[in-house]
Amino acid sequence: MLYREAGQFKTSYAADQQLFPIRQDRIGLVLLLAVAFFGIPLFASEYWFSAILIPFLIFALAALGLNILTGYAGQLSLGTAAFMAVGAYAAYNFQLRVEGMPILVSFICAGLTAAGVGILFGLPSLRIKGFYLAVATLAAQFFIVWCLTKFPWLSNNSSSGVISAHNINILGYAFDTPRDKYLLVLAIVALMALAAKNMVRSSTGRAWMAVRDMDVAASVIGIRLMHTKLLAFAVSSFYCGVAGALYAYCYLGSVEPDGFSLDMSFRILFMVIVGGVGSILGSFLGAGFILLLPIFLDITLPFVADLFGLPFSSATVSHIQIMVFGALIMFFLIVEPHGLARLWQIAKEKLRLWPFPH
Amino acid sequence: MEFFFEVLIGGLLSGVMYALVALGFVLIYKASGVFNFAQGAMVYLAALSVVGIMEWGAPLWLAVILAFAVMTAFGIGTEKFVLRKLVNQPPIALFMATIGLTFFIEGLAPMIFGSDPRALDIGIVDEPIPYILENWNMVISKFDLVAAGVASVLVATLALFFQYTRIGRALRAVADDHQAALSIGIPLQHIWAIVWGVAGFVALVAGMMWGARNGVQFALTFTALKALPVLILGGFTSVPGAIVGGLIIGASEKLAEIYIPPVMQDLFGGNFGGIEGWFPYVLALLFLLVRPEGLFGEKHIDRV
Repeated sequence: MLYREAGQFKTSYAADQQLFPIRQDRIGLVLLLAVAFFGIPLFASEYWFSAILIPFLIFALAALGLNILTGYAGQLSLGTAAFMAVGAYAAYNFQLRVEGMPILVSFICAGLTAAGVGILFGLPSLRIKGFYLAVATLAAQFFIVWCLTKFPWLSNNSSSGVISAHNINILGYAFDTPRDKYLLVLAIVALMALAAKNMVRSSTGRAWMAVRDMDVAASVIGIRLMHTKLLAFAVSSFYCGVAGALYAYCYLGSVEPDGFSLDMSFRILFMVIVGGVGSILGSFLGAGFILLLPIFLDITLPFVADLFGLPFSSATVSHIQIMVFGALIMFFLIVEPHGLARLWQIAKEKLRLWPFPH
Repeated sequence: MEFFFEVLIGGLLSGVMYALVALGFVLIYKASGVFNFAQGAMVYLAALSVVGIMEWGAPLWLAVILAFAVMTAFGIGTEKFVLRKLVNQPPIALFMATIGLTFFIEGLAPMIFGSDPRALDIGIVDEPIPYILENWNMVISKFDLVAAGVASVLVATLALFFQYTRIGRALRAVADDHQAALSIGIPLQHIWAIVWGVAGFVALVAGMMWGARNGVQFALTFTALKALPVLILGGFTSVPGAIVGGLIIGASEKLAEIYIPPVMQDLFGGNFGGIEGWFPYVLALLFLLVRPEGLFGEKHIDRV
């Protein structure tokens, strides 16, 4: 009844190829953005901004980056957090060393730096794939974090490489409350998600998918493998780099290299798997799920413990969290390999016929 | 020069320990084509269950037997509840499932046996051998030598097992071609259960060795990660490759740790220790650029 494209005729190619061909989708998206930009800032508390919404958006952006690489171009990476670290430290250094550089420009430069590093570590992908590549990206993870710790220049000689973000000031307006930062992050993430959505349906995105599905066949039909794979690494690292810069500037305020650990890389990979490999929407769903799950378990586990009279220490709760993470990954891979995004697809299909499915 | 040899031998001996972990990866990969990322976590689980059971009052031999039972049960359970459901999925999905399994174990094991670091005493002391110390003035740990001995025995046993027993032949057949093995009547699922059991056993040996050397603690899983560059060097499908790769990685990372930081300090100033943490990975990465299939791996030809 509500969600049906009957009567929506496309009379031009432009209309047929638009990003959201169904009117209800467009209305839904506009509503969602309106709520995110205007509704939430009116009602959400400071805790919500700084503990849930901002990290959600930042991790969604990082997951989006990884999804471009793993989901669309088929190159598994275990070094996402390291590319985020590159972004964070690059943004810091651009702010520190280039006099009067606008913060947004230094975010972009941070993304570009991360893209450069991404290309460097993407080079092996030309010769190797699959597990071998996954292990090769581990090299990026350990090497980059080590470099950031050991080269004092990168963190302006601070002890153990801790950097503190500068104040954010755009065109004379200081973004210092959590609400301002949320709006800034939201705007950046929305723009970059839109760009990604467009990119994956362009010839670039189709080339990525061809390489993912079978790279030999892709090269036979004339797709340049080197160009395509390295572009995927560059774009993915760009997204991760910007996410890292935002992570330092808008979320934590001060970061250290060890914060961008292998564990964080895995967490972002889990977001991609749970959300949906090869789906823009999935990156957001996965990020939300993986971020909210620990909070949910923190709240519910003590109740469960009381119910059965079990003594749960906080260590036990964190162990159960890790276990649930692991079990969920296996569960999703077995039951729904396409993740939450696929469930949303199925729901939409059902909704089209509702309430008269026959 | 003596110092160089001392570092080299120390590195080779610790390389044997890496090889022990890598062996578990190779076994499962050979027999089922699954790249089992959870092998490192299995090493942790094995070591922790030995320590945990001993804390409950069992003697060492009983604890080892019980831990072996735990590992076997765990391996069979994994095969039955996770991998069997993922048949016909792309290998990368299986790989990600084993990452999930890693987290599952890393949560489960400390929950049952406790997470605080503990020492594991298996009756061998970690001290220099007096004879070598006196005659050549080199510090070679007794413990490392025993570990190397255990590893060699294990490898020899596995090689014989693969080569001459009925089950070993079946394992090799399964590794070559699942379909063909099934069609001549080899029970695939039994074979997989056995492989996971054997991998559990290897994890147990590796876990006890590492645990006795560095203490049983969560960092064990990171040590086990070092087995990955070993695999890349040696090739995923080769048991001798795992050994040779382990030796190369062990020796080169110790030498790099000793000899590179002073050079870098001269160039840039500052402290550049901790090269061990990434050196094996970067070495493996560079190696991959030259020989993508590893030292002993099979050359893979893609067809459309």
